[in-house]
Amino acid sequence: MKVVIMGCGRVGAQLAGLLDNDGHEVTILDTDAYSFRRLSPSFGGNALIGNGIDQEALKRAGIEKADVFVALTQGDNRNVMATQIAKHIFNVPRAICRIYDPLRNELYNTMDIETFSPTTIFAQLVKEKIES
Amino acid sequence: MYIIIVGGGRVGYYLARALLNEGHEVLIIEKNATLCETINEEMGSVCLRGDGCEAATLADVGTGRADMLVAVTGDDEDNLVACQVAKYKFNVPRTVTRIRNPQNEKIFKKLGVDVIVSTTDIILEAIEKEVPTHPLTHLLTISDKGLGIVEVRIPPTSAAIGKLVKEISLPAGSKLALIIRKNRKPRIPDPNTIIREGDQIIALTTPELEEELRTTLTNA
Repeated sequence: MKVVIMGCGRVGAQLAGLLDNDGHEVTILDTDAYSFRRLSPSFGGNALIGNGIDQEALKRAGIEKADVFVALTQGDNRNVMATQIAKHIFNVPRAICRIYDPLRNELYNTMDIETFSPTTIFAQLVKEKIES
Repeated sequence: MYIIIVGGGRVGYYLARALLNEGHEVLIIEKNATLCETINEEMGSVCLRGDGCEAATLADVGTGRADMLVAVTGDDEDNLVACQVAKYKFNVPRTVTRIRNPQNEKIFKKLGVDVIVSTTDIILEAIEKEVPTHPLTHLLTISDKGLGIVEVRIPPTSAAIGKLVKEISLPAGSKLALIIRKNRKPRIPDPNTIIREGDQIIALTTPELEEELRTTLTNA
């Protein structure tokens, strides 16, 4: 599969490495080249400087041929906007988006993109750990 | 009307003042505490400190009964989300946003924002108009209808000079609406009007035909 990841933070870099190991074709985007230090030395995919809410940057990342787009920057709104561009402008089959704010997550989850809120998931996880 | 403004920067500030003067109920949502304080000191309690993209904040200010939400923060993505939350969660009938990147206009339209104001385009157009050698200037875009009103100046080298309007083959769908000539009253051209050097022509056209219209009227 061809996967475009926006945001090379801890999660983005880790995900890029895992997918690359499994033989997927990965391109990771970040606005700051310094973020790419997080990629493992064995990472064989592409790392591109660019903003995922910019159509030109997405095109350079090969969004037109991508099977999956994942938005993992720190900004909920940036993630939401980029994911909607991927889904509705470039017709990427699967567009996945991280949204920290649980309320915003609820809204966008009903709107044709796949969203998840690490806030809710992690809180639930910790709660289960405490109660078990 | 109850109008919510997201973003209390300069645009939000002056917009709020204008709307208050017209007698509307106005509320500004602004993240920055200092900006909030200044606005409240000057205009009375019209500014709430908070994130206008958050559904909880919008619920607090009664967005459900708002007639319009205007997003004028400096970030296009924040404006988009504020409009979408207002529209899809609170059913606000009209959402208006300012954009900085002109490329976002199409996307935002497609994603449900009702009115999109590209500040960059507006500034560009205003400056273009002041460049004397610029042969074609956009005056107005009627975006819903895919039409625009442009101004074309006839340069001294134009092949159209001396021709009657009916002799010029304008692109179909374009229409000359007005001719402004030095020291004369502006007039609506008829088929027998002669085009002269230096004429300022106001024309109605579509974005696709703009270039063709320009070459027809200005090329040697």
